[in-house]
Amino acid sequence: ADIISTVEFNYAGDLLATGDKGGRVVIFQREQETKSRPLSRGEYNVYSTFQSHEPEFDYLKSLEIEEKINKIRWLPQQNAAHFLLSTNDKTIKLWKISERDKRAEGYNLKDEDGRLREPFRVTELRVPTLKPMDLMVEASPRRIFANAHTYHINSISVNSDYATYLSADDLRINLWHLEVTNRSFNIVDIKPANMEELTEVITAAEFHPHQCNTFVYSSSKGTIRLCDMRSAALCDQHSKFFEEPEDPSSRSFFSEIISSISDVKFSHSGRYMMTRDYLSVKVWDLNMENRPVETYQVHEYLRSKLCSLYENDCIFDKFECCWNGTDSTIMTGSYNNFFRTFERNTHRDTTLEASRESSKPRAILKPRKVCTSGKRKKDEISVDSLDFNKKILHTAWHPMENIIAVAATNNLYLFQEKIN
Amino acid sequence: MFVRGLKRKCFDGEEDIEGTLAGIKAIPSYNLQRQSLLDMSLVKLQLCHMLVEPNLCRSVLIANTVRQIQEEMTQDGTWQMINTQSTGQASLDRLVSTDILCRSSRDQAEGKHVPAYGTFNKDFESDQAQDGSETMSTASSVQTPRNLQSNMWEMENPQENKGNFQKSLDQIFETLENKSPNSVEDLFSEVDNSYYDLDTMLTGMMSNTKMGHCDSLETFSSPKNTASNSNCKSDLNDLDHIVEILVES
Repeated sequence: ADIISTVEFNYAGDLLATGDKGGRVVIFQREQETKSRPLSRGEYNVYSTFQSHEPEFDYLKSLEIEEKINKIRWLPQQNAAHFLLSTNDKTIKLWKISERDKRAEGYNLKDEDGRLREPFRVTELRVPTLKPMDLMVEASPRRIFANAHTYHINSISVNSDYATYLSADDLRINLWHLEVTNRSFNIVDIKPANMEELTEVITAAEFHPHQCNTFVYSSSKGTIRLCDMRSAALCDQHSKFFEEPEDPSSRSFFSEIISSISDVKFSHSGRYMMTRDYLSVKVWDLNMENRPVETYQVHEYLRSKLCSLYENDCIFDKFECCWNGTDSTIMTGSYNNFFRTFERNTHRDTTLEASRESSKPRAILKPRKVCTSGKRKKDEISVDSLDFNKKILHTAWHPMENIIAVAATNNLYLFQEKIN
Repeated sequence: MFVRGLKRKCFDGEEDIEGTLAGIKAIPSYNLQRQSLLDMSLVKLQLCHMLVEPNLCRSVLIANTVRQIQEEMTQDGTWQMINTQSTGQASLDRLVSTDILCRSSRDQAEGKHVPAYGTFNKDFESDQAQDGSETMSTASSVQTPRNLQSNMWEMENPQENKGNFQKSLDQIFETLENKSPNSVEDLFSEVDNSYYDLDTMLTGMMSNTKMGHCDSLETFSSPKNTASNSNCKSDLNDLDHIVEILVES
């Protein structure tokens, strides 16, 4: 199994897609509740596996293009088939996943095994009939959106009009129509005329869940810009600019690096957005630009270790974050296979671990605690014992229920709220 | 490069420096920390330069850090001091002193020994000051990465050095942008031509060659061995040849 690089539930929550470093997409489907297996409710089993992207070679630049899937985004379901967008560094693909559980039999012109029948053997005409067959799930690429990005694509986001979507790389954001692959519109371009003056890059972008003219993008300097596509064709001028003033007392050489935003997500309501930087998660009210309304410390105990984390490159890890269906709880990952949830109303936070040892099937997860002071209590883990190779970068929350998917390197964990 | 936990390395002779002449010796140790961070950042920029399709966000953040250090050093006037010291090959051992930069607050007490030196207390992680038992390379030899414009550090005029330093930063971005041969030639001394073999490129064998380079990078024995793979320098003649073949086919 390869390292998982993205996790995403579909709109109904019955399908869960994962992309990995090898360019594969694996889709899990939720088992229907049946009388014979009442405990199987909530179980996700493999539904479809396909190779989305292959490694490529850019001849002009003499560079490899990784097949790693950076993001998957589902389209809302409009017919029996499911559609999703998957992207690597350079190319976005629209995949159609459809089921086939019937087979036509009784063709006139060919035999059951497909060989053409001799014309003189056709003495009568018959109507082919549909016979059931074993379920087959087919994935086929319907559109390939290529050659629009010079830099690495970090985000894709489907618009609420269900007809367009955006793709963002380090310096540009493009707008596509789902039906048109040979043209995309550039809507944000922050590339300086002189690359020597480059000091800031785009790190994430997302469309507003309800307003099809609004999108946001975050930067490596810890700022978020909200843009309105009605104002201009090129949205280099933002409509709103979100930035929290820096605390001068905590300034260090690493301040900018840890302020770099790795993920931005609108709430389901569209009223708030959440940003993840290296040490914290912040909730912003779209009506207030000068500071976030809520800030949650994910692993503040790492603040004194920033230099070591800079040395081993962990400081550049890009953690994602997600909302639950009602926007009451937010979740994000940390190191040592820990992930954290924060309840916004009660301000209660929980640290849980996604590992084989601590996750027996059907067993309730035990909350974990990282010891920051000298005395370590029983069951606590000291900061120096944390395994920085085990990082939870990708998590997803079911759109309606309390089921979460947590990707721990090359393992996928699914947890659900225990219902008594 | 990843290690389980965060084990700090320990150098001998630390206690003597820190304990006795706390006031005066603390000042160079801050500069050493900063210099070490600068060295580490420059090495990182070199490394990410060599990998396939370097991560632009990471490069920009590291470059900004380097600029920030450079600005502070210019303000302090320590820029000249650094330039007069010997050049040589950077080794990873000497970069470890940056652990000092990440102290817990209990070391703040020791930090009080440090007098207000320039912008030290305000701007830096001053609450994480030196620890007696901590990692610190000896103050006498401050090494800089050789393969980054080695002539840059040998020049006597600090203004020119600043200019060259900025120029090399700019060159890193230029090469990230368009991989032009000229700028990369300035940054790398050795190029292995075997990687430009047409067959190798066309059959996508780059992953194998990349592995070979990773091995040499990891040892860090000599920066000269950390030469480019084919990303870093494109032989224009080979490229033309390839394009001709592709066009004709």
